[in-house]
Amino acid sequence: MEYVIETKDLTRKFGDLIAVDHLNIEVERGEVFGLLGPNGAGKTTSISMLCTILKPTSGTATVNGFDIVKQPAQVRKSIGIVFQEPSVDDRLTGRENMEMHANLYGVPSDTAKKRIKTLLKLVELDERACHLLRTYSGGMRRRLEIARGLIHYPRVLFLDEPTIGLDPQTREHIWTYIKQLSKEEDISIILTTHYMDEADKLCSRIAIIDYGKIVALDASNNLKESLGEETIAIRTSEARELSQRLKSTELVSKIAVSGNGLTAHVKNGRETLPRIVELAANAGIHIGSISLHEPDLGDVFLHYTGRAIREEEGKEYHGLTAARRRAVR
Amino acid sequence: MTEVRAIYTLWLREVKRYFRERVRPISSFVQPALWLLIFGSAMRFPSAELPIPYQQFIYPGIIAQTILFTSMFMGISVIWDREFGFLKEILVAPISRGSIFIGKMLGNSTDALIQGVITFMLGFIIQVPIDLLVFLIALPIMVMVTFGLVCIGLTMASSMTSFESFGVIQSFVTLPIFFTSGALFSLSSAPAWLQAVTYFNPMTYGVDALRTIILGGALQPLFPLYIDILIVGGFDMAMILFGTFTFSRRK
Repeated sequence: MEYVIETKDLTRKFGDLIAVDHLNIEVERGEVFGLLGPNGAGKTTSISMLCTILKPTSGTATVNGFDIVKQPAQVRKSIGIVFQEPSVDDRLTGRENMEMHANLYGVPSDTAKKRIKTLLKLVELDERACHLLRTYSGGMRRRLEIARGLIHYPRVLFLDEPTIGLDPQTREHIWTYIKQLSKEEDISIILTTHYMDEADKLCSRIAIIDYGKIVALDASNNLKESLGEETIAIRTSEARELSQRLKSTELVSKIAVSGNGLTAHVKNGRETLPRIVELAANAGIHIGSISLHEPDLGDVFLHYTGRAIREEEGKEYHGLTAARRRAVR
Repeated sequence: MTEVRAIYTLWLREVKRYFRERVRPISSFVQPALWLLIFGSAMRFPSAELPIPYQQFIYPGIIAQTILFTSMFMGISVIWDREFGFLKEILVAPISRGSIFIGKMLGNSTDALIQGVITFMLGFIIQVPIDLLVFLIALPIMVMVTFGLVCIGLTMASSMTSFESFGVIQSFVTLPIFFTSGALFSLSSAPAWLQAVTYFNPMTYGVDALRTIILGGALQPLFPLYIDILIVGGFDMAMILFGTFTFSRRK
C-alpha cells in the first residue's frame, strides 16, 4: 500500500503541554482521512506540522514522500491547505485571490486560467468571481478557499474544520464538493472535525485523537461495531412477564427491567425488533412503545474521549498572541 | 523565477488595495496641505536667519514627512494581514520569507511614494520654483528615503502584537524621527545637543538631499549631496537586510 502521509512519533510540545504525543498514522492514497477529536485535542497542531507551518519538537513525517522537517518547500508545493480561520484577502475579488495563489505557487499562467475557471465552477462561484471578497458570505468564502487550495494540483488536501460555523445547507454543499473531489481528482484528503455527521459522511477512515494521542482508528462502521451491541428499549406494563419470555429465546443477550421499562441488548436490532413485537403480540402482552438505539459515531466518540467538557484555557490572549494561539490550536 | 513572480504578486496586491481605498489618497493630500498652507504661512522668520519663505523652506521636509508617516502607517498592513488570516496563506506558500518581505516592502513603498509625489505637486501651489527636471532628480531620492522608512515600519509591525501597540510606534518612533530630521527647522540655529541627535537620524540626510535638489542654491546644504545619498543608500541596504533577516526568523 502506498502511503501519502506517514508520521513517525510526531510530537509537539508547547512548554509543559504536550499537544501532540508520538503520533503514528498512515494515510493511504486516495482516501478521505478524518481526524476527530474534542477541542484542544491536537488536531490542528498535527495538521500544522504536516503542512510545515509548525516544527515538530521530535519525530517527523513524510508527506507525498517528502520529509516535513528536511524538505518543507517540496511538501508545501505538493499540498493544499484550507485553514480553520479565513485566510483570504477581502479587498480583492474572488478571482484575484485565486490568481494570487496561482502566482505564489508558480502555476503557469495559461494552466492557471483554465484551472481557476474549472474550480470556480465546481464551487459555484463563477458568477461572483469578479466581486470583492468582502461582499461574500462565510460559506462563499469557505468555498473559495477550498477551490483556491486546489489550484496548484496538490496531491494531498488538508481541510481544517472545513464547515465550522456554517449553516446546514452550506455544509451539505461543501460535503458534496469534497466527495466529488475525492472521486474526480487524484487526491487524498485529510480533514479535521468535531462534527460526527461530517466525519461519518465523508471519511473512509477516522482517527479519534485525544490529548495528542490516537485513541481509535478505523472505518466508521468498524468503530461503531467495536462499541458492541445495539439496545432496544420497551415500555410496557408487563415488563417482567415480557422479560421472562424473552430470556427463553435467542433474541437478546442481556436484559434489564426497571418498573415499566425494559432494556435489551441485541445483535441485529433492525431484524430483532419486529420479532420481539411479534412475540409480545402472540403472548398477549401490550407494548406501549419500543425503540432501537444503534451506536452512532457520537457514542464512539464519547466512549473514547469521555464526557467531560474540554475547557479552552481560561487565559486571556490579545492580538498576535491570540492569533498565534488560534494558528496552533 | 517563482520568487520574482511571487514578489510581483505581493507588490500588485498592495497597490490594488491602495487604489481601492479611495479615502486614503485624499486624506493624505490634506495633511501636508495643512502643514504647508497653515503652519507654513503662519510661521515667520527674519530674512537674516532664513533667506527664503519658511513655507518653501519646510516644503522638502513635508514631502519627506508624508513619506515617513505613510511608510510607518503602512507597516500596519502586516498586523492587518495577520489578524485577518491572510498572512497564513502567504506564509505556507512555497516561497522564501525574504521574497515575502521584499514584495511587501515594494508594495508599501509604492504607496508611500505615490503619497510623496502628491505632496510634491503641492509645490506648485506655494510657488516653489520646481519643474519636471527637478522632479525627475528628486524622485530617486524620494524612492531611497521611502525604502528605508518602509523597512522600519514593516520590521516593527511584524513584531507587534496588536493594532494598539502600533500607536506606540507613532509616539516613540515616527514623531521623534520627524522632529529630529530638521524637516521643520534649520539645524544651524538648533542647540548643539539637538544637532548631535539629528546626525544619527537617517531622515536628516534624506531631507537635506531633497532640500538641496528642490531649493537649489538658495540654502547652504548641511552636507554635499553625495554624502546624503551614500548615507541614505547605506541605511536602505542595512534596513532591507535587517528586515529580511527578522522577518525570516519569525515563526
